[in-house]
Amino acid sequence: MDDRLQPSEYERQRLANVRPPQWRNPVPPRKPYHLVVIGGGPAGLVAAESAIELGARVAVVERNALGGNCLNYGCVPSKALIRTARVYGDLRLARHYGACAPETSDVAFAAIMERMRRIRARISRVDSAQRLCEAGVDVFFGEAAFTGPASIEVGGARLAFRRALIATGARPDTPKIPGLAEAGYLTNETVFDLAVLPKRLLVIGGGPLGCELAQAFCRFGARTTIAQDAPLFLPKEERDAAQLLSEALARDGVEVRLNTAAVRVCVDNGEKVVDLVSDDYHSRIAVDEILTGVGRVPNVSGLNLEAAGVAYDAATGIATDDFLRTSNRRIYAAGDATLAHAFTHTADASARIVVRNALLRGKARVSALTIPWCTYTDPEIAHVGLYVREARERNIPVRTFTIPMHDVDRAITDGEERGFVKIHVHDHSDRILGATIVARHAGEMINEITLAMVANIGLSTLARVIHAYPTQAEAIRAAAIAFERTQLPMRSRAR
Amino acid sequence: MIAAIEPADDALLDALERAAFGYFAADWDCIGGMPADNSRPGAPISIAVVGFALSVYPIAVERGWMTRADALARSLSALRFFAASEQSGAPDATGCNGFYYHFLDRATGRRVWRSELSMVDTALLIAGALVAQRYFGSADADETALRALVDGLYGRVDWRWAQNGGATIMQGWKPECGFLHYGWEGYNEAIVLYVLALGSLSHPLDESCYLGWTATYQWENIYGHEFLYGGPLFMHQFSHAWIDFRGIRDEFMREKRCDYFENSRRATLVQREYARRNPHEFDGYDERTWGLTACDGPGGTLAAALRGDGRNFLGYAARGVPYGPDDGTLAGWGAVASLPFAPEIALDAARGMRDRYPEMLDGECYASSFNPTLARDGAAWTSAGLFGLDQGIVAMMIENHRTGLVWQLMRDCPYVRSGLRRAGFRGGWLRRRR
Repeated sequence: MDDRLQPSEYERQRLANVRPPQWRNPVPPRKPYHLVVIGGGPAGLVAAESAIELGARVAVVERNALGGNCLNYGCVPSKALIRTARVYGDLRLARHYGACAPETSDVAFAAIMERMRRIRARISRVDSAQRLCEAGVDVFFGEAAFTGPASIEVGGARLAFRRALIATGARPDTPKIPGLAEAGYLTNETVFDLAVLPKRLLVIGGGPLGCELAQAFCRFGARTTIAQDAPLFLPKEERDAAQLLSEALARDGVEVRLNTAAVRVCVDNGEKVVDLVSDDYHSRIAVDEILTGVGRVPNVSGLNLEAAGVAYDAATGIATDDFLRTSNRRIYAAGDATLAHAFTHTADASARIVVRNALLRGKARVSALTIPWCTYTDPEIAHVGLYVREARERNIPVRTFTIPMHDVDRAITDGEERGFVKIHVHDHSDRILGATIVARHAGEMINEITLAMVANIGLSTLARVIHAYPTQAEAIRAAAIAFERTQLPMRSRAR
Repeated sequence: MIAAIEPADDALLDALERAAFGYFAADWDCIGGMPADNSRPGAPISIAVVGFALSVYPIAVERGWMTRADALARSLSALRFFAASEQSGAPDATGCNGFYYHFLDRATGRRVWRSELSMVDTALLIAGALVAQRYFGSADADETALRALVDGLYGRVDWRWAQNGGATIMQGWKPECGFLHYGWEGYNEAIVLYVLALGSLSHPLDESCYLGWTATYQWENIYGHEFLYGGPLFMHQFSHAWIDFRGIRDEFMREKRCDYFENSRRATLVQREYARRNPHEFDGYDERTWGLTACDGPGGTLAAALRGDGRNFLGYAARGVPYGPDDGTLAGWGAVASLPFAPEIALDAARGMRDRYPEMLDGECYASSFNPTLARDGAAWTSAGLFGLDQGIVAMMIENHRTGLVWQLMRDCPYVRSGLRRAGFRGGWLRRRR
């Protein structure tokens, strides 16, 4: 049986927006474009629209579908699934909330996927080729390749440019495991095409994608195992956050295998059989599907970057300076193709930097960005700024003000107490260096800290900001008040 | 300076300390007469428990619970075993490069349970050996032999090898797979490990190794207390059983205007605050009932039967605050082991818990843990048998609180002084003597 999805009406709608089947590429103008954008993902689309608003002649070249990874294989479909998974997670805890548990919480996987496709199709309207054209952007579908330092070719047409932006994004990396390719596996580019919920799922990789989807599929009813070749999930995150995530996954029923590597895959009787090794402990697991989430690699091949004199590395992507300029001063790069922080919002922010620097002779620096991020597990794990270890490595004295969510009234009433707000400040001032939040809505809460950091608002000022009661974001003010208490002279405290 | 103790409190502490010592005074049928990891049938030898035993014997001599000759004989027997043990690193050897496997067969002294060559447990063993070396200081032939044995054991520990080329010490090694993945990150019980490794004359670590470890510290304000975070209580206790951290500071503590002793006091207060809040609504927790640390737990079959309410009960695990794990399991001894740091609340908790949950005591010996949420017939679930680590830390911390005996012995140990200085500790009793 083919477990992959057959196109639905929603899929036809989405493709009509982001990759119209009857599309005919325009004829390039005789004058060079002010900006040619290679890649129609978040970075490319933001750059194109920003440039058009400045009155520039702009072309976008996309080889697959507009919207890029975010719309088609990433944030949008995964968050749609995660929302449904949350419903199932809450249903199973109905008694905990004093509610009657439903007699059945059977999972209608087809309906879940159909909702995801409906949402994806709806959001794709914003990224549609038609809308771009109406805005004045020349949209080309096809493979782009540089033909020189100031021109590219796409579908036999030559596009000359004054400036170009490489925003080709990234693709899933594949773990080098013997037998994996032969057995078959899912990535974020194929998992959303599943038509049938796998009964048993092995997720290889404990990064954000692996953790999010492991939890979601487990909540849908798949017997899910996650194998992570490190002591904790999300290795870059704070230890306590990663530990809470491990416990959350285990509570959901995910079989957590930390420090565990998948070393071999074979197919036996229609099952995918995977050999796992954890130090000296060897085990074997049989599953119906394998999902890999071991990271992403930038899309740099096939662009003939050599012809344009653009330096790159297959693993780290296009080499850029702090102004996002490549080794060819006419050509810039943005988004996952060049940044270590591969997020939609950094793609957006970096694209705006490029437009300012490329078309307005600006001097905006990527290093000046304050970049938050979030892993959308339940609870969510969000971070902005420096980690404590980074601060200490830079000899910055740091102290952390922590509010466990179990000290926050709204988290208690919501039954969402597992987590914390940690705000790191410079030891001798109220300057915020960074923050980590683990909470059900950490992704929403982190924005307040990001705003404070960007606007140079110290923790003392946050203590004066009245937060609506009861909200979970009060944890941020509570941390600020804890800071304020440490600033009181002893005599004032006694009064 | 030793705290003044009320007579009634001293009587209680004396009873608890003597009972804990009783674990090590038993006639163990293990090789070298060493105590087993725990009192359950067939339990293996734990090298860390032997370290505690070597530290407790001098206490017992001073308190008149044991003759010096008996203490010396037991200590010599254990040390001679380790000195003669196979160090090939083979899967059934006793150790490698001066380190020892965590668990040893009680009859042969060889590795069991495919346990790891444990760096921190070896350090606890060596710390105990150094206590014995400082205590048995006479010119008597056996005492002289003991001191030489300890120098030999300490000297052959290749601390640099345990770095595996990295910035800090690895946690473990196995012949089947080499060094284990697990890294030491953040503050924990390992200061004594680093101090001993830095104080070694034969294989000393570079000072940067200690800085590499402390670079992962997190100084946090939780419940209004600022401290160097470590979740489980034992992390704030084990190194302190041997080293008197009062008034001496490394670079990190100088920056924070604190010391590790004061830090453990704050960690104790945080434990109490956590129990007051009791976020997971477990039975029993309050200001007088706390102690989340590494201990046994109900886990296993009982857990499976009770998982209906979404709670997950662990077996032997490091429980901690405020992030957990917390399954309602407490260690009564955890509070007692904080006695030197926060005597007023530790004693109050010790009395409170023994009044409410007498089932957690076997005579006057603390069970590894109890869990009031899993009460049956009015009695909290209680861990079976006794664990040597728990008895050792109770005896040592009560004694340190009462007389500071072990602290004083180790203050006089040149390796410890050197290790502390190389780690950057200054001030207090480390000031150079005139």
